[in-house]
Amino acid sequence: MNIEALIASSIDGLMLGFVFGLMAMGLTLIFGVMKVINLGHGPFIVMGMFAILVMSQLGINPYLGLVIVVLLGLLTGIVVYFVAVHRVINAPELTTLLATFSVNMILIGALTIIFSTSPRGLDLELPSFRTGAITVLGTRFVAVLVAVGVTIALYSFLYRTRTGKSIRAVANNRGAAELMGINSSWILALSFGIGTLLAMISGGLLATLFSFTVLSGGGLEVKSFVIVVLGGLGNPTGALFGGIIIGLLESITTIFIPVSWVPVFEFVVFVLILLFRPNGLFGAR
Amino acid sequence: MKTLSSPFIWIILVVVGGASLLPILTNSVSLREDMFLMLMLVILASSINIIMGYTGYVSFGHIVFFGLGGYLAFFLMKEFQVQFMLAALVGGAGASLIAFFIGIPVLRLRGAYFALATIGINEAFRSFFTNFDLFGGAVGMFFNFSVYDAYGGAKNAGQLAYYAMVVLALVTIGTSFVIKKSKFGLGLMAIREDQDASMVLGIDPARLKVLTYTISAFFPAVAGALFFFKNGLIEPGPAFELHRSIEALVMVMLGGYGTVTGPIVGAVVYERLRGFLITDPTLSNAHLVIAGVLLLLIVLFVTAGVIGWVRQRVPALRRYLE
Repeated sequence: MNIEALIASSIDGLMLGFVFGLMAMGLTLIFGVMKVINLGHGPFIVMGMFAILVMSQLGINPYLGLVIVVLLGLLTGIVVYFVAVHRVINAPELTTLLATFSVNMILIGALTIIFSTSPRGLDLELPSFRTGAITVLGTRFVAVLVAVGVTIALYSFLYRTRTGKSIRAVANNRGAAELMGINSSWILALSFGIGTLLAMISGGLLATLFSFTVLSGGGLEVKSFVIVVLGGLGNPTGALFGGIIIGLLESITTIFIPVSWVPVFEFVVFVLILLFRPNGLFGAR
Repeated sequence: MKTLSSPFIWIILVVVGGASLLPILTNSVSLREDMFLMLMLVILASSINIIMGYTGYVSFGHIVFFGLGGYLAFFLMKEFQVQFMLAALVGGAGASLIAFFIGIPVLRLRGAYFALATIGINEAFRSFFTNFDLFGGAVGMFFNFSVYDAYGGAKNAGQLAYYAMVVLALVTIGTSFVIKKSKFGLGLMAIREDQDASMVLGIDPARLKVLTYTISAFFPAVAGALFFFKNGLIEPGPAFELHRSIEALVMVMLGGYGTVTGPIVGAVVYERLRGFLITDPTLSNAHLVIAGVLLLLIVLFVTAGVIGWVRQRVPALRRYLE
């Protein structure tokens, strides 16, 4: 094997990893704040993809469209929270799992009716950089920039604003936060909205990189679980690193083993981490 | 045994058994196919109920045992011409053994962590079987029709598989009832309510949970073996289909979590409803949406499920309706 192929695929994987990290951040944020595993995560990602598709068909630049996706995601998340999650927020995990799974069924059903399940793709050309065997696609480069930008924005929001502080307070101890005069229902709804918008942005970015269908969400949702567990459930920074690890793993291991063996390895690692490092690779023991 | 003298379980078994006789009496193949699927779902839902409803451990990827049992039995039937019922039992035992070894570490996890781990296990096995050439890899395995000659042709084999599925369903329901009424089951429910308190009362949760997981893996595995025997074809996708596992959870919730009758009612209602929605020309497109809305309404407002709701409303029935 040559070293250039290794470098090329590492760069590819690293860049993809940022987008995966952003995708998983939405899931981990929701779990961190309200201990809900959102099974509607996959359809949210898909909604982001199709929002960008529709906008590009209307002649809006996909990257400009991401701004609209942010608002759409926030709104969708808040509505879904109040319709499906709010009533069962204190129920055992099975109830919230099933509530979010029913959201999954409804969204996938609705999307299938509107868009059918045939594969779609964006017609997007950006200049790419090339040195030797290493080619960096323009779309991937922009996707990394957006992912990093969104992550910085999220952290500034969580650590620099009063609302962000409230979110962290509710995540830490909901009862105490309520005693301090925080309206926990709104904070939970807002957190769900942010989680959803992160999923939708990452979906929008993935749409600029790959072709997709209404059913793409399933695989991406499971991948998000793996990433979230790698980084520690409820830890957004961990999710970003988890995403990068998975991105690198998927690209580098393909040099040594057949592509189809990668998921076996991934899921075995996933179960082992749950067993031996339930707080993630970077979390405290 | 005192538990088996209860009239309740015999009524249930007679009703299920009677319904299973209908396709044979009417000689209708399409009805038999419907019942075959329905009984399989009853078995899946009832087994999930044993680990989830009684013990409180949400086994999200329980379908892994369906696939494992199916694959083990299929391999035996195809390569060694093992009689299908024997192969199904060996497949069930194999899956139980795997469940035992997986269960020891994984059942230490609680709540959401356990649920996620079971998804991971299912996906790991699915991707492993996709690559495992001995079992056909991504393409899977299929029978030559000569395999069915030993049973008097494919038609007869389908009939035999149906009888076996009926018996398995009755055994599953019986086991579910016996567990619920036994001291063992009482221990499980103590774990469900409060694991730490149950330990104070002298229950060994680790032992009970692993045993329960092993039992609840057996029935789906045998069902998988029978299903794929009749199917004549096994592939990783349909064998380890996470969606089917989640549907079985929905059935348990629909009928009533932790009851013996609940999973049966849930499986029948869910499957009938889906059949109705899919075949109706105006509703077929929207069937997922409608099913999703119904599920959401049940989860939000009738948390106890159909049987649980009846038990709450009609206290007089509580003694009889388990």
